[in-house]
Parts: sequence; structure tokens; C-alpha cells
Amino acid sequence: MIAAGEPLIRWNWISGHGSDILARLGEHIELTVIAVAVGLLISFPLGVWAHRNRRVYAPVTWFAGFVYTIPSLALFVLLIPITGLTITTVEIGLVSYTLLILIRNIVAGLDEVPDDVKDSARGMGLTDRQILWRVEVPLALPVIIAGIRVATVSTIGLVTVGAFIGKGGLGQFILEGLQTFFNTEIILGAVLSVVLAFFAEAILLGFQRLLTPWVRASVGRSA
Amino acid sequence: MPEWSGFTGADYDVGAHDGLGRAARGAEAVTVMISLRDVSKHFSSSAGNAVNNLSLDINEGELAVLVGPSGCGKTTTMRMINRLIEPTSGAIFVGGSDVMKQDPVMLRRGIGYVIQSVGLLPHRTIEQNIATVPSLLGWDDDRIRARVTELTALLDLDDELLRRYPGELSGGQRQRVGVARALAVDPPVMLMDEPFAAVDPIIRARLQDQFLEIQRRLKKTIVFVTHDIDEAIKLANRIAILNFGAKVEQYAPPEEILRAPASDFVSRFVGAERGLKRLALISVADVEIEPGPVVQRTGTQDEARRAMREAGSEWVVVLDRDKLLGWIDWWMMEGGRNVAAVEPREFAAIVTPGSSLRTALDIIVQSRTHIAVVVDGENRYQGIVTLDRLTAELRP
Repeated sequence: MIAAGEPLIRWNWISGHGSDILARLGEHIELTVIAVAVGLLISFPLGVWAHRNRRVYAPVTWFAGFVYTIPSLALFVLLIPITGLTITTVEIGLVSYTLLILIRNIVAGLDEVPDDVKDSARGMGLTDRQILWRVEVPLALPVIIAGIRVATVSTIGLVTVGAFIGKGGLGQFILEGLQTFFNTEIILGAVLSVVLAFFAEAILLGFQRLLTPWVRASVGRSA
Repeated sequence: MPEWSGFTGADYDVGAHDGLGRAARGAEAVTVMISLRDVSKHFSSSAGNAVNNLSLDINEGELAVLVGPSGCGKTTTMRMINRLIEPTSGAIFVGGSDVMKQDPVMLRRGIGYVIQSVGLLPHRTIEQNIATVPSLLGWDDDRIRARVTELTALLDLDDELLRRYPGELSGGQRQRVGVARALAVDPPVMLMDEPFAAVDPIIRARLQDQFLEIQRRLKKTIVFVTHDIDEAIKLANRIAILNFGAKVEQYAPPEEILRAPASDFVSRFVGAERGLKRLALISVADVEIEPGPVVQRTGTQDEARRAMREAGSEWVVVLDRDKLLGWIDWWMMEGGRNVAAVEPREFAAIVTPGSSLRTALDIIVQSRTHIAVVVDGENRYQGIVTLDRLTAELRP
């Protein structure tokens, strides 16, 4: 892929395109955050529903799994006649790919909440809604956030494909670099995507630790 | 909150249920706090009824233990009281009101609930766990904090534990937090499902003792489920021995169940050593203490010999007024000496009125005598218990 006769990186090009880089990085983050947030909004009720009603679990995950297997580029092409070359088209694709991971982890997280904890909560007079928000969701958080981490990292990778319809964040650099045989852009896009993925992973991990202080406290004792 | 006061349910004489005349609690009227009337529960997954036509009353301030083999329906019975399980038929009254006519959530907030695995919320600190129901009821922070402080003192919990998470506590500490949490809003009724089963025997015994002490002070109405008959005997005011389908084989104070098991099922369930277990429940003060042969330190030899002859013994208890000095026998007074001239020997077996007959038996057997002397805390002589008296108690 690397073009011959061209240096790997032209640093002066990078320093001359600072604002472009920031803009595309910003777009990449924006596309990712929207995709994961909307994915979560859709997955959460579906996950809770599937957790409570086992018969729903199979069809829901089958559908999410089916969407997941459609090649991303093909999905964009299918959507263009309907939603055009817009951010909506990219987001529909990106959101679809988060669903399987998120729903699975939400259900797995809720399944892991010990029955005796739910029983004692009910016995003390918590309503079903209070049990969900005050007991089940907090205790499922480690598994749910693990799902969000995987979904986020895979979305950061997928966003680059959006470059084919002009909404690809850092993917735009990669595509342009490929079209113009310009190594600097290819490497810049790829490296920044990877760095962004690492950052996202680290931030979410920190967030998870912050939200679930009891996990480390308890592990500390048994260790 | 459910209204507890003003209940004028069926009053009856507890004396009628008390097989022992000598317990003599008199004819004080008691109030029924929990009443199950012809309660049945059918689970669609099984053929028979898990609970079949059960009727049971539990008095205010009483600790009633439901005991029986696993699968007998004891836990199902308990869980119907706070509507964690809905009865198929029949009625349940708590504090005089029909639980089926109450909002289950509010009903449960007014009833303490402790389960075997405790079920503390792992993601909340000990303080937050204890404060669960007060918070649900909207108590303000100061009131909650004051109550948590009270409960940590009551259950002898370290203040430092309050900021910890349940995962950082030992099994025994978790059980105590579970009890504290159930007591948080001072509910008149508590449901406890094998609350001490998950810890080792030494800690369990300690938790039981502590719990009994608290219950003596607080006088809650408690339904306590266990499969351990010894735990039931130790804790209960009354034990309901349940057969399959929650059929009540016998519902009586522990002493009566051990003395007069109502059926083969009950005898088998309470097991061997029934007599010894029963002796552990009766205190020396509960039985007739014999006066024994007694002489004052200032007494003459004739007085001493007369006391021995009358009692048919070869020894006599020597007292200084009402204080116990020891004993002397026939031969120690050879040569016509008066009592004061002989140095009395110490008794090997001494018990107090509060000692159990089991302890008395143990002391007598170990000291290789046939009697134990009973003295109070200030060494005042009360009388003697004999081995014969204890064996008579073993075979009623």
C-alpha cells in the first residue's frame, strides 16, 4: 500500500494541517460517541427485556447478530438511496454494529446479579423499578461497561469506513492517502485511530473503576 | 406504614398452651401478631401443595421457629407472610390486617427480613446497607445517622466497618449487619430464614447468644426458619415442627416438644439425646430443691447427728447463718466434738439456681458425687439437687 519513492512521513505536511487534523479527530470522536450512546439507548431496554423474558433473548440477539454480519460498506451502499451521503447513513451503520455486543453484555451483566441480593432487596420493600436501578444496573455495570469498551473500540475502527461517503473522521486521511499515494496521510490516519482507541479504552476503564469502587475493595480483601 | 396499634385480635391464655404447670406464667392475655388461616400454596411445577391448609398463630413478642426437613414448606410459609410468595388460598394477618389487602411494597418495608446468605447489597457500604429501608421511607440524614449509630452499638459492630463494602467483611460480621439492617426501622415483626446457617459453628453459637440477648430486650415478633433442631431449641419460645406440605406435627415450647413429642415424626426429628437436650432448657430453680441435712456452725454434735439421721445421710451441710461453709460427716465428729471444732470440707459440686439441669448433671457426674449444692451468687445456701431427682426428670 505504501507508495514507492515517497518518504513515509512528511512532518512539514502534518504541521501545516493542524486544524484539519483536529477537525477530523473531532469528527471521529463525535461519530463514535453518538454511535455508542444511541446504541446504548436502544440496547438497554432490549437487554432488560431479554433478561426478564428469556423467550425474547433469542430473536433479539439473532436480529442484532444478523445486522452485525452485513459488511459495513455494503450497508452504507444500501442506505445511501434512503438517507443519502449524510451523517445519518454512517450512524445507522455504526449503531447497528454496537447492538450485538451491548445487548449481550447487558443481559450477561444482569444475569450475574446474585438472586439472594435481589431477593433481600425485594424483601426489604424495594419496588421492581428500584431493584433495577439501584441494585441490578449498578451490579451489572462492570460487565456492561466492558461491553461499552469493546463497542467503542470497534466503532472507532469502523468510523474510518465512513470515509467512503465523506463522513469518516480520521478515515478521511487514510482514503485520501490511498487515492493520492501519499504515505503521510495513510500513516497519520491509521496511527491516530489506534491512539484514539487506546485513549478511549483507558478512559472507560478509569470510568469503570470510578463507578464500581466496591469491586476493587472486595478483591483487595480476598487477595 | 402499616398501622400496628389498635389491634384487638383473638386474645387467649398462653397458660393453656404451656404444658408445664410450674412454668406458671399465669393467665396474662397475649395478642396474636401473625395469624395464618387455612393457608395453601400450590406451585405449578409440582404435584402436591407446598403448603397445605396451614393454620398457625404467633403471639406478639414471641420467637416462633419453623423447623422441618428441607422441602417441607417452611420457607414458603415464611415468604407468604411478607408476600414474596402469594398464597393460593387462605388468609394471613399481620398486626390484625389482611396482608392481601395491603400494598406489598409497604408491607415489606414494615417487616424486617433476613436471609441465609444475608443478601447485603455488594455495591453499597455497610452504612448504606443498614440505611436501606430508612432511606426508602424518606428519613432525613440526621435521623438515619443516629439510627445507624444505635444499631452498630446494639450489634457490637465496629464503627470503622460502616465505610467498608460487604465483600470486605467476615461471614459473622455480614450476618450481624444483616440483622442490623432488618432492625433499621424498628419493625414489630421480623422474618428470618436460616440467618446463622452460613457461618462456622463457633461463630454461629456466638451470633445466636447475641441475638437472644437483643431479642430479650426488643421483644420482636419473629418467624425464624431453620432445619437445625438444636438452633430451634436454643432460640424458640415456641417451635412448629413441620412435615411435608407444612403440616404442623407439633407447635409447642421447646421443653414440651422434648418432653412429650406429639408423634413419631417429632421424636425422630428431635433425635436421640432428647432427655439431655431437655435438661439444658430447665434451670435448677425450676425444679424442687431439697432442703438437705443442715446444721449451723455453732450447733452441737447431737444436732448434727439428728439432721443426718432425719435425712438418712452420713454427712451434713454446715452453715454460718445462711452462708455455705462446707460439709462434715459422721466420722469427723468422733470423740463427741461439736460442729465448730471440725473443719468443714468443701463441696465438689456447686451450682446456682440459674444453672441448667444439664450443667448440674454434668457437675455431679464429674465430681463423682450424687448431689450438687445450690447456692446463690452470694454463697447463700438454697438446698441440694440429687442425681435421683435429675434422672427422674430425664424419664418423665
